[in-house]
Amino acid sequence: MLQQFLDSLIADGTLGGMPRDVAYLIGMLGAGALVVFGFVLNISGVTTFVERRVWARIQSRIGPNRVGPQGILQWLADGIKLLMKEEAIPFAADSALFKLAPFVVTVGFITAFVAVPFSSALVIADLNLGILYITSMTSLVVVGIMIAGWASNNKWSLIGGIRAAAQIVSYEIPAALSIFTVILITGTLSMQGIIQQQGWGPWDWFIFHSPFTFVGFFITFVSLLAEGNRTPFDLPEAESELVAGFVTEYSGARYLFFFLVEWGNLYVISAILVTLFLGGWQVPMIPGLAESPFWLNLTQAVTFIVKSYAGVITMMWIRATLPRVRVDQLMSTCWKYLLPIAFVNFMGTALWVLIWPEGFRFAELALTLLGFSMVVYFFYRVVFHLRRSGAELTFSPLS
Amino acid sequence: MLADQYLPVLIMLLVAGAIVTIMVNAGRLLGPRNRTETKLDTFECGNESSGSAWGRFSVKFYLTAILFIVFDVEVVFMYPWALVFRDLGWFAMSSMSIFIGVLALGLVYEWRKGALEWE
Repeated sequence: MLQQFLDSLIADGTLGGMPRDVAYLIGMLGAGALVVFGFVLNISGVTTFVERRVWARIQSRIGPNRVGPQGILQWLADGIKLLMKEEAIPFAADSALFKLAPFVVTVGFITAFVAVPFSSALVIADLNLGILYITSMTSLVVVGIMIAGWASNNKWSLIGGIRAAAQIVSYEIPAALSIFTVILITGTLSMQGIIQQQGWGPWDWFIFHSPFTFVGFFITFVSLLAEGNRTPFDLPEAESELVAGFVTEYSGARYLFFFLVEWGNLYVISAILVTLFLGGWQVPMIPGLAESPFWLNLTQAVTFIVKSYAGVITMMWIRATLPRVRVDQLMSTCWKYLLPIAFVNFMGTALWVLIWPEGFRFAELALTLLGFSMVVYFFYRVVFHLRRSGAELTFSPLS
Repeated sequence: MLADQYLPVLIMLLVAGAIVTIMVNAGRLLGPRNRTETKLDTFECGNESSGSAWGRFSVKFYLTAILFIVFDVEVVFMYPWALVFRDLGWFAMSSMSIFIGVLALGLVYEWRKGALEWE
């Protein structure tokens, strides 16, 4: 599509006598910048704002509501404020590595977006390594965090950095093993390929494919939470013990990037989960929808973004609810519980795929029913406890 | 073909690098520059900072790193296996059972040796 557009520009003579390759390169760089500024940076910014509002509601506060309608431009104001601040690099720090760290972190985050599919056509590149590529790119973030922790030459930063490294590499293993439960079913690593083998209905999603994928979903979710340094696993920047962890010495624009990446990663984590387990962009085939590629892709993109954002909001909710775990609890959760369960899950899925290569309809329907009754029961209990505490049951998120 | 597929990765890499460079330099231009001895000192909660952080730290982190390498290398071997699993069928299943069995034995050994205890 982009190529056709550039070809037409060259044919018009708008670009003068520019060589074709140069025109392509500039065009692609422009498109890349457009994607990053139009979506990637905004999604992390908006997520910081949404998170503050969601926490505020959970904690019976109002939250930021002054900049723009309902405070929606708060993230932009925060970003500009950080850019206007003085930047300090401590004398003791290793200044070359100190400056390198934000690059590594941002590259790991932004390049992960290349393989995130938003609809059947809306993906920057459908890489054949898909999920492997995304997990390896998001792992680059930990390299940046370690560089930041080490280069600061500050005790808080160092502890934060090595904690981050230990935590992220540990949780990488259960996460990878649980991702295999899906790869075993699909036989492909491509993100689009994985989504195409699911359907729009929950009974066709991989989370309800077998009891093993059902458990695998929760293991992946917990592991990815830990890899994204989110509460209850936010030990690398535990404010109450480590000041700010690996970002203690950072300020100004460089500090901005660490936070951009942390909140942006929430979206990447959700996108991975939605792609692997929750049916991705699959929409029901309404007659007439398939004829119009524009409306088809729009519905798919909206479905995907709504599903992923539901995941992001769940993570905010967890952060506002749960306390932080201790380091020893963190490590034993991973090595003593998640890892053995993930191994059993992995072999179980392999067996399941061999016995029922096309899936087992009854199990899918039963698990879907189980999943929905769990959700319904959960909300029933929430309402029950709210009634019992005598709270007023009103729903108005903007009040 | 491979180059075509992975060209966007390179492009995004360049864009990411450019964005950090631009924003950091914008920060330098927009922000004040007022350097003082205390400001650029290492932050230690207001106390006089003492010594460098580049020293020894707990050996448990090294142990975790070693455990990670053992398991992560195995995971890398599983990717190609998982892709051809449906074609190979029970043969793939039996060979992977042996592989996982050895790995699980290693995990049990580490557990019994106390390598997984953090305290």
